[in-house]
Amino acid sequence: MEEQAARYIGAGLAGTALIGAGIGIGSIFSNYLAGALRNPSAAAGQRTNLLLGFALCEATGLFGFVLAMIILFA
Amino acid sequence: MASGPMEQFEIKEKAELFEIGGQAISWTNSAFWMVISAILIVGFFALTTKRKLIPGKMQSLGELSYEFIANMVKDTTGAEAMKFMPLVFTLFFFILAANLIGMNPYAFTTTSHIAVTAALAVFTICVVIVAGIWKNGLKWFKIFAPSGLPFIMYFIIIPIEIISFISRPITLAVRLFANMVAGHVMLKLFAIFAAFLAAKGGIVAVGAILPVLATTAIVALEFLIAGLQAFVFAILTCVYLNDVYHVDH
Repeated sequence: MEEQAARYIGAGLAGTALIGAGIGIGSIFSNYLAGALRNPSAAAGQRTNLLLGFALCEATGLFGFVLAMIILFA
Repeated sequence: MASGPMEQFEIKEKAELFEIGGQAISWTNSAFWMVISAILIVGFFALTTKRKLIPGKMQSLGELSYEFIANMVKDTTGAEAMKFMPLVFTLFFFILAANLIGMNPYAFTTTSHIAVTAALAVFTICVVIVAGIWKNGLKWFKIFAPSGLPFIMYFIIIPIEIISFISRPITLAVRLFANMVAGHVMLKLFAIFAAFLAAKGGIVAVGAILPVLATTAIVALEFLIAGLQAFVFAILTCVYLNDVYHVDH
């Protein structure tokens, strides 16, 4: 029973990886928006890098999610 | 009534085909949906390539998708990497089709299994390694040792570069897999919650509207993610293919 409780706590802690991902995604989009308002003509060209940065950042948080799933179900 | 959030990822064996070295190769629901996505892609491009001089609506759709990938390869890796464009093209459309098919009710998301995504990622990295050594010979290993550093720095840089290279297939596979699993689990959780509230009856059942609205929003987000992850996989393949052509950073 205690092992099961420790499992749930561990899964919850692994989910905290998403805090960093949330901060990172917010920072990427806010900086993109700030840059795009300063120089709107260059904004369209950087959309690829924006999405790439978003996906790379989101993935780090999802590694934590996967860890939580492994703890819970494997 | 309500099943668990992980049951949608269950592999169901339909028929055992043959055995290789004690490992049974079976026809599963995953294999079935992979074949469906392959048929859809081939069908799409068979319909959209009429080769008229003035493209119609369908043909311009096919041409747009070709140009999209061609520009991606050219911009990220360079014109000399157009040899690898069919690889990037196939990867992008296979992942896109698999992700989008997975969004349909009762369909199976093949990309939600790490076996599938890891196969794609390892294959991509193997292509980079083989093509790099094929083209540059043993000089290709210079990607682990960027030039112009003080000698003592190489003791730190080379292990870091090797670790970052090895982590590439892992992150490539886990990113796609985790995104797909996370999205579908989230959808299922909200759906279960709505069913749970509705089953209570009375005034509580009215509250079931909220998780249903949330599910709708998540479906929209998941369609975005489905396209985005296919795009990211393709563009990271292009970025990694850089190592074939630009050995000296």
